[in-house]
Amino acid sequence: MSESHDKGFDSGPGHELVNVPDEAVVNDLYPDPGLAEHQWRPTDVDPRAEKRAERQVATLFGLSAICTILLLVSYFVFDIGDDPDVVGGLGASNLFLGLSLAGALLFIGIGVIQWARKLMADHEIVEDRHPSASSAEDREATLAALSTGLEESGIGRRPLVRNSLLGAVGLLGLPAIVLLRDLGPTPNQVKNAQPYPGAGLENTIWEKGMRVVRDVVGTPIRPADLQLGDLVNAEPEGIFKSPEDGKPLEGLALQVNKSKGAVVVVRMEPDEITPGDGRENWSVDGIVCYSKICTHVGCPISLYERTTHHLLCPCHQSTFDLADSARVVFGPAARPLPQLPLMVDDEGYLVAQSGFTEPVGPSFWERG
Amino acid sequence: MDTSKVAKSNATTAATTKGPNRAGAAATWADERLGLATAMKKNLRKVFPDHWSFMLGEIALWSFVVLLLTGVFLTLWFTPSMGEVQYNGSYDQLRGIHMSEAYASSLRISFDVRGGLLMRQMHHWAAMLFVASMMVHLLRVFFTGAFRKPRELNWVIGCLLLILGTLEGFTGYSLPDDLLSGTGIRAADGFVKATPVVGSYMSFFMFGGEFPGESIIPRLYTVHVLLIPGLLLALIAAHMLLLVYHKHTQWPGPGRTERNVVGYPMLPVYAAKAGGFFFIVFGVTALLGALLTINPVWKYGPYDPSKVTAGSQPDWYMGWPDGALRIMPGLESHFWGITISWNVMLPILVLPVVMFTILLLLPFLDAWITGDKRDHHLLERPRNAPTRTALMVALMTMYGLFWIAGGNDIIAIQLHASINQITYFLRVAVFVGPVIAFVVTRRWCISLQRKDNEMLLHGYETGVIMRSPEGGYSEKHLPLPATRAYAIASRDRDPVLEDHQHTQDANGVPAPSGGRLQALRHRVRTLWYADNVQKPSPAELEEGHHHAEHEHELQASVEGQAADGHQFDGHHLVEDEGLRHH
Repeated sequence: MSESHDKGFDSGPGHELVNVPDEAVVNDLYPDPGLAEHQWRPTDVDPRAEKRAERQVATLFGLSAICTILLLVSYFVFDIGDDPDVVGGLGASNLFLGLSLAGALLFIGIGVIQWARKLMADHEIVEDRHPSASSAEDREATLAALSTGLEESGIGRRPLVRNSLLGAVGLLGLPAIVLLRDLGPTPNQVKNAQPYPGAGLENTIWEKGMRVVRDVVGTPIRPADLQLGDLVNAEPEGIFKSPEDGKPLEGLALQVNKSKGAVVVVRMEPDEITPGDGRENWSVDGIVCYSKICTHVGCPISLYERTTHHLLCPCHQSTFDLADSARVVFGPAARPLPQLPLMVDDEGYLVAQSGFTEPVGPSFWERG
Repeated sequence: MDTSKVAKSNATTAATTKGPNRAGAAATWADERLGLATAMKKNLRKVFPDHWSFMLGEIALWSFVVLLLTGVFLTLWFTPSMGEVQYNGSYDQLRGIHMSEAYASSLRISFDVRGGLLMRQMHHWAAMLFVASMMVHLLRVFFTGAFRKPRELNWVIGCLLLILGTLEGFTGYSLPDDLLSGTGIRAADGFVKATPVVGSYMSFFMFGGEFPGESIIPRLYTVHVLLIPGLLLALIAAHMLLLVYHKHTQWPGPGRTERNVVGYPMLPVYAAKAGGFFFIVFGVTALLGALLTINPVWKYGPYDPSKVTAGSQPDWYMGWPDGALRIMPGLESHFWGITISWNVMLPILVLPVVMFTILLLLPFLDAWITGDKRDHHLLERPRNAPTRTALMVALMTMYGLFWIAGGNDIIAIQLHASINQITYFLRVAVFVGPVIAFVVTRRWCISLQRKDNEMLLHGYETGVIMRSPEGGYSEKHLPLPATRAYAIASRDRDPVLEDHQHTQDANGVPAPSGGRLQALRHRVRTLWYADNVQKPSPAELEEGHHHAEHEHELQASVEGQAADGHQFDGHHLVEDEGLRHH
């Protein structure tokens, strides 16, 4: 029998474990008192209790049936949609459908368990366990069959056949991956094809002279429109008026450009700004503009504390100092928000001096 | 009492059939075609042991069934498309707004399909219940040692179920394409982009181009309703088959051994209890769906990549990696024209994989350290494996602290605390907390082992104070009931470790040293068992009982004269027994 080395402890060479019985739990202190004597329940010995339990169970099933009927009634009685019925501040349809469904199900569940506990026989019974392993004979027979089969196939004797098969099957893993190739274009393909304005990880729709407009409405902004301490959620005008055909962007082009072009414009005292190197003229009268897309994992940021000029990302609490080139002052982000250099156009509206000078949004391998 | 007419069909002998009946005829019809009788012969009356904690996995099973039922209902109306439409449904505040078809159909299910909102909420609640019950079930299995041989593979299957269930939850709550779920996908895009070398490619392949693309919702839908549920079903089937094959573990106690299983038969008792419990889980889900709003997508509005709400959080089971992400310092390396985002990669790509790998390997780690190769069918109380218990409590503490970090903004608002300080605290606590938890739990377990031994040797404390003639006070102890003592004493003794490294065998040849790995194992094993308290030896027990008898003799003088205190120990009726009368 191979059981002797299968059971017990593996002590490893050099060490010995003593005091380990073969069976995991052995009680050497007390004799087994044996199963507790079966206790008869009132429902076993008292016919009246038995009848009562029977009635209880049947009543529970009856209550379930009533709930089901209530469910059907509520389905047709209560209005939903434009002018829903309301009960106690809650939608009547959802409330009554839910409560009656809960009743219909719970009463069945409680009834069945009550039945099991009170009326079904409750004798504990004992079943022997069998070892999880097969018997030694079975294992030997199986191993013999296995080796006969392998022998007859010749897989061990014909390495050429075996290895070429393994190679061929292994190679089939490649199509499984390669066929997924057309899930999407590569970043470079998108950048080169420019299927919509601003396409590519490194690009946005922003370009020299593009107006900074309020999001939602798309109206341009004059510096005088902004009070000290104001924050405006803004977008590139290009999403309302495409640089290509002057029409508003739609669908994919709109979503992608919103996800990269969104900016925040804030106004503070000009002397509060600590401009970065080469960014001395990127602001207009204390108005600065930064990408709204967090450099951590890309959430749009807009929680602004005007006294400290801190902008906090609601997803993971990265905090940026907008008075100091959007330096990271707290949180998991590693890079400042990219800044959009501002100027004023002929009509006095805020426009970009150029596009962003670095990719916006979360970091990626090729970003540099 | 007259028990002659009482049902005794749970006895070990099968009831004799009373001639042909309809059920029998149907069974015969089926057996002639399927030959199931051989397999069913034993399994219909298969014995399952009873304990409340064995119900936790059942909650997971039944909530999965509820998920299938409610999920099928939802698919009938949900449109997994990111195509832009103008909303014209019943919900006033969003009428006229442009949104994806996915979001519009989620609104339709919520407002224009009778019972749709109920099913959506039940589906979401059942998902919460599914993941939560799997986690608690996992803890039960670990703490009681039910993962040990021969059940290691079922542990592995269970862990796979947990991770697949979590992914299923994430793909599910991402489908409605509301502002909150879209923010989650936006963050997921950031995670994918942080993957070294291939990150941006993976992102473009996932989204079918640049984020957000037009493909992610239909793709997630396929994963959510076909791929993962199929895997879950297959793994659940394997999990249940192994459970039936191994037979359920049981707690030690009178009549319960490693070689048997004591309990009630599948038919009728467990079929009824488990079947009834399905209705209860289903009903509770319906109650939750009726009364408690969950994921009110209409309040968030459609996804817009330039918008976000404060307090954005994933569902609770995704909270811990999100917490790790929040408290990770902002580290990023730039060199040779590449960027490595440690701040995203470590907490969200590396940490969950490491934690999950540890989880998967726990049974094998435990077996390697203890060297135990025996079958285990009797459960072990958590206190009797102090290091193992402490290890899981340490992992739980780490999980909990990461999870708390996932709500650091909410905590800061609710407690008027500084989010910066909470974050700095948690950065340290996720490392220190588990160590403290480990030490405390281990010592706690060992103390409980000591208390068990006290009870075996000296009996339990009655709360009755005796005064001796000399004026000394002592508490009266009484022996444990035989069944309780037997259950407590039904535990393993830890193996005695003997270091043979420098010893010689009988022929004077130095025993071979096992190499570095074996030496490490020996050291870990020594620490694993260090300070554990073993149950008394038979000799110690004998001595303890002798001591107790001696004490009884000493107290004999006071006994009989007055109340001996037994009256008030809760084991006796106190009627007709008085205190000392002067």
